[in-house]
Amino acid sequence: MAWQDPILAQRYVWPDDDPTVIPDWVYTDEAIYAREIERIFHGRTWNYVALEAEIPVPGDFIRSHVGPTPIVVARAEDGSINAFENRCMHRAAEFCRVLSGTTKEFICPYHQWTYDLKGNLIGVPFRRGVAGKGGMPADFKPQEHGLRRLKVTTHRGVVFASYANDIESFADYLGPEVLREFEATFDGRKLTVLGHYRHSLPGNWKLYHENLKDPYHATLLHTFLVTFGLLVAGNRSLMLTDKSGRHGVMASAKSDGKAIAGDAKKEMRSFKEGMRLHEPRFMDFIEEFDSPWSVTMATIWPNLIVQREMNTLGIRQIVPTGPHEFIMKWTMFGFEGDDEAMTRHRLRQGNLMGPAGFLGLEDNEAIKFVQDGMQRVPNGRHLVKLDPATAAGTADTLISEAAIRAMYRHWREAMDL
Amino acid sequence: MNDARDPASNDRRIEALLLHREVEDFNNAYAAALDEQRLDDWAEMFTDDAFYIVISRENADRGLRVGLIYCENKGMIQDRAYALQHTEMFAPRYLRHIIGNLQILGETPNGDIRARANYVVVQVLFDRPDARLHQVGVYHDRLRRVGDRLKLAERRCVYDNLLVDNALCLPV
Repeated sequence: MAWQDPILAQRYVWPDDDPTVIPDWVYTDEAIYAREIERIFHGRTWNYVALEAEIPVPGDFIRSHVGPTPIVVARAEDGSINAFENRCMHRAAEFCRVLSGTTKEFICPYHQWTYDLKGNLIGVPFRRGVAGKGGMPADFKPQEHGLRRLKVTTHRGVVFASYANDIESFADYLGPEVLREFEATFDGRKLTVLGHYRHSLPGNWKLYHENLKDPYHATLLHTFLVTFGLLVAGNRSLMLTDKSGRHGVMASAKSDGKAIAGDAKKEMRSFKEGMRLHEPRFMDFIEEFDSPWSVTMATIWPNLIVQREMNTLGIRQIVPTGPHEFIMKWTMFGFEGDDEAMTRHRLRQGNLMGPAGFLGLEDNEAIKFVQDGMQRVPNGRHLVKLDPATAAGTADTLISEAAIRAMYRHWREAMDL
Repeated sequence: MNDARDPASNDRRIEALLLHREVEDFNNAYAAALDEQRLDDWAEMFTDDAFYIVISRENADRGLRVGLIYCENKGMIQDRAYALQHTEMFAPRYLRHIIGNLQILGETPNGDIRARANYVVVQVLFDRPDARLHQVGVYHDRLRRVGDRLKLAERRCVYDNLLVDNALCLPV
């Protein structure tokens, strides 16, 4: 137990050490949140920060985040991708103010300290003072005052950064099973960015992971999934977790909806018999991946969701801003070689997702309801008891919370709680 | 040019005023349909081949095409209206759409009217005390006369907000 303070040590005791309940303080407590930033986002994790397609040529840069911490991701003259904190080493100013762009160097607007595309300090105005007076100390070494840099790796055009210099390779970090699903979506074709969504979400950031490790809700909340046979109790499906428990992939194979058994329909209030679309093309699935699954939702710890919902593809980046709120940045993409018809199909199908998506808006609302429930009735706990046959880990039934239990097994290790 | 004694000039000015007023009435009816959540009436304000998109200024300025809502025809607009009324789960809310700064910009080669107007959407959630500015943006429109009514052949809603507050549950 790493809490120095015995009162804190007592406050954060997991109830009965029971993995099938989660106490509210996990989601609502400022001290827990601060510890998550330090131990998880700034700890031994690979954090998604950009797509290579967003910074294709030297000089290109984009603002991003690791946890709540603003960073800049830039491509240098030698083609390398560099990530550094967006915080001037002089007086801490967040110097990069635009969302993305192209530059030769970064100049802090306050006192014009200048950094190159790798974050090295290359200019300090009046370093020697004026007329022999003022200036920096004679022993000031600019090479010791470069921006704080993060370790960077890329995989199939996706860029990750870490505060931990000794972190394992990205492939080892994902583990073979989750890596296979990652590579099924990022199949080697070059990505093209179709656009972004950004929204705030009034809930704890972990609830977003849990929502995508909770296939139970998908069969009940989302009428679109259910009515059109995308994800239905009884469909071929899998809720995969890696060995560590931190990553997951919710996967299912589309059916035509006709095969749904009568008893399953009765359980699903959201099943709308006879619902028809004026524009049925919207739900078409054009086979393009070497995968048995038509839908996969990968939760890559700690800040990335990879959405492959038939042909609408997207990255979701979690930026936590406190225990009760986070920001979600989506980057929707297609592939080089998509023709206009395919791009338009992806854009049409995009109506499923994002903050106005037929599925997306329902998830956002549900997460808000959960946070509201905790804030207004304090000191409670959640139940995650579904599927007792699997203590924690991969489940072959959708009516399971084993992946959530696996995530908290890892979280408690990482948090030393 | 605007010589009040020149009857032809007067006619042109009166015509422009009438058109301006007609589009303004259209936008007021559009706002009322959304404020009262009469989404079938809202869908009927579009032509069969209408394009309707709600897109961030961030995307629009960069030539990126992803929209919060992306409808390529009236069928998709009707599907959106149906889903919001019958299948979607979201908390109840009041909305107020304010449309102003209307400009009639001219005509397209096929006779559609080009117009733009600013809009503000204010939202009240039943569990929060205040009315909050939910979205602010600009409509880029093409309107077409169908029979004796104006309809939207295109409405591109470009919003300035960098962050959407949780979810956009109802159209703008």
